[in-house]
Amino acid sequence: MISLRNISKAYPAAERNVRALADIDLDIVKGEIFGIIGASGAGKSTLVRLINLLESPSSGEIQVDGRATAAANGKELRALRRDIGMVFQHFNLLNAKTVAQNIAFPLELAGELARPQIKARVQELLERVGLLDHANKYPRQLSGGQKQRVGIARALAGRPKILLSDEATSALDPQTTQSVLRLLSEINRDIGITIILITHEMDVVRRICDRVAVLDGGRIVEKGAVEEVFLHPRHPATLRLVRESEGDEAENGLDLAQAPGPVYRFTFLGDDTQRPILGATAREFGVDYSILAGRVGHIRNLPFAQLTVALVGGSAFGAVNRLQAAGVVAERLSDGALSVTPRAVNG
Amino acid sequence: MSFDAIDWGDIGIAAIDTLSMLGGALGFTILFGLPLGILLFLTGRQQMLQQPVFYGILSFVLNILRSVPFIILLIMLMPVTVLLTGTSLGVRGVIPPLVFGTAPFFARLVEAALREVDRGIIEASQAMGGSTFQIVFRALLPEALPGLIAAVTVTSIVLVDYTAMSGAIGGGGIGDLAIRYGYQRFQTEVMVVTVVILILLVQLLQASGNRLVAHFSRK
Repeated sequence: MISLRNISKAYPAAERNVRALADIDLDIVKGEIFGIIGASGAGKSTLVRLINLLESPSSGEIQVDGRATAAANGKELRALRRDIGMVFQHFNLLNAKTVAQNIAFPLELAGELARPQIKARVQELLERVGLLDHANKYPRQLSGGQKQRVGIARALAGRPKILLSDEATSALDPQTTQSVLRLLSEINRDIGITIILITHEMDVVRRICDRVAVLDGGRIVEKGAVEEVFLHPRHPATLRLVRESEGDEAENGLDLAQAPGPVYRFTFLGDDTQRPILGATAREFGVDYSILAGRVGHIRNLPFAQLTVALVGGSAFGAVNRLQAAGVVAERLSDGALSVTPRAVNG
Repeated sequence: MSFDAIDWGDIGIAAIDTLSMLGGALGFTILFGLPLGILLFLTGRQQMLQQPVFYGILSFVLNILRSVPFIILLIMLMPVTVLLTGTSLGVRGVIPPLVFGTAPFFARLVEAALREVDRGIIEASQAMGGSTFQIVFRALLPEALPGLIAAVTVTSIVLVDYTAMSGAIGGGGIGDLAIRYGYQRFQTEVMVVTVVILILLVQLLQASGNRLVAHFSRK
């Protein structure tokens, strides 16, 4: 759907060129929700703006839907942008227009639909985002969550194939964030639109993304399925983002030398989470365990549990083998293993 | 002081002259100043049609027009005025210098009002595939409407001031009356009446401007 090849972006600053992005290679598959995560200043916003050509790359090639976008200008460029909806952190609604007029705005700019058709489409979108009662209100009369719903409806008005979300939930409270993420996820499921979501919060990625790329200092340092990146972060930048979302709990400050036995990290994903597999295995192999750290939750709708335990007595080796055979991911954290070594990024 | 000696008919005619100068000049000021202001905004730094050289030249010319004291401009422009309107006297004779005097000022206010519009709105409109023309006329100007109305209000009050001054070179109107009767013939009462009329006019303009701004403010 979207491919970025060897992209770099530099801003000519007063004396030297400031590099915003370097060596970016990315393929985004039709219909997925792809997360791009990074701390502020990592280059996320620039990266997403390359896709709808609000920014142009200094080098490299971008293809959207099989078409190279570099040559587009004028009319062609505007047509291309109309195929890509965008949602913003600060909503960027027109204050002088009502909710309905805001949603109709991209359709009026496109000038392809007649007035009654536009009206019908707006009605449909108002219903989709749950704002039927607010059609004639002005943006300042709405809450943040409602404003973002208008932003989403507006972005979807022209039936784009791609939706770019630039920190769409960063200005919202946790509850509103959840409902906006749910809406995005429903839209993705219902109309199969490809969503590219920029965020600095791992929680957002964990809730709705299929795959994720971690951006650090203008480079992609890690990418893959969210399960993999979230549960087994390799790069220090990823680890930092995961720990932020965990509220600095989990394995921070864990002293392995004080542990009563060899320390393992077990990861249970999906159905494994429900089975009493840890206790059963421990009994069978005569192993006692003490839980040193852990996190439990969901990745999208997939339950997961990750426990860091010290195994005491019995046949620790046998127990670990048994768990691995049952599909549990086991990592032995020998001394110093908690300081993660970066590995090469893979697809 | 005796107000009995005042010729109210003269004052009425002068008031009408002032209002026609104000209306005519304001119309032309908006007609020329608004596009100039839009052009200034668009060609400015980091804007949609960034053109540093063009912006620099336009900015320089407008600044020159704004630096010349209005009373000098009135005299300097006389040949131009005669060329445009056939006379340098009366209501018609002062409209060109009034427009030259206030259009650059108004253009600056328009530029400032457009700059007040959140850049995010421009970005969003571009992301929707809007052309520069569409963005200016369907997003920027409606968003800046309260600021633009405030700019018209301030400009119209400056114009009231300038019409009074133009009385000095034969423009007619309230200001002319004030100078001829009030100042040159020592009829203080005429001066008082004209000043009161000007005060009322300015208050009225400001109050209606404020109401319109409040009405169109959706922020």
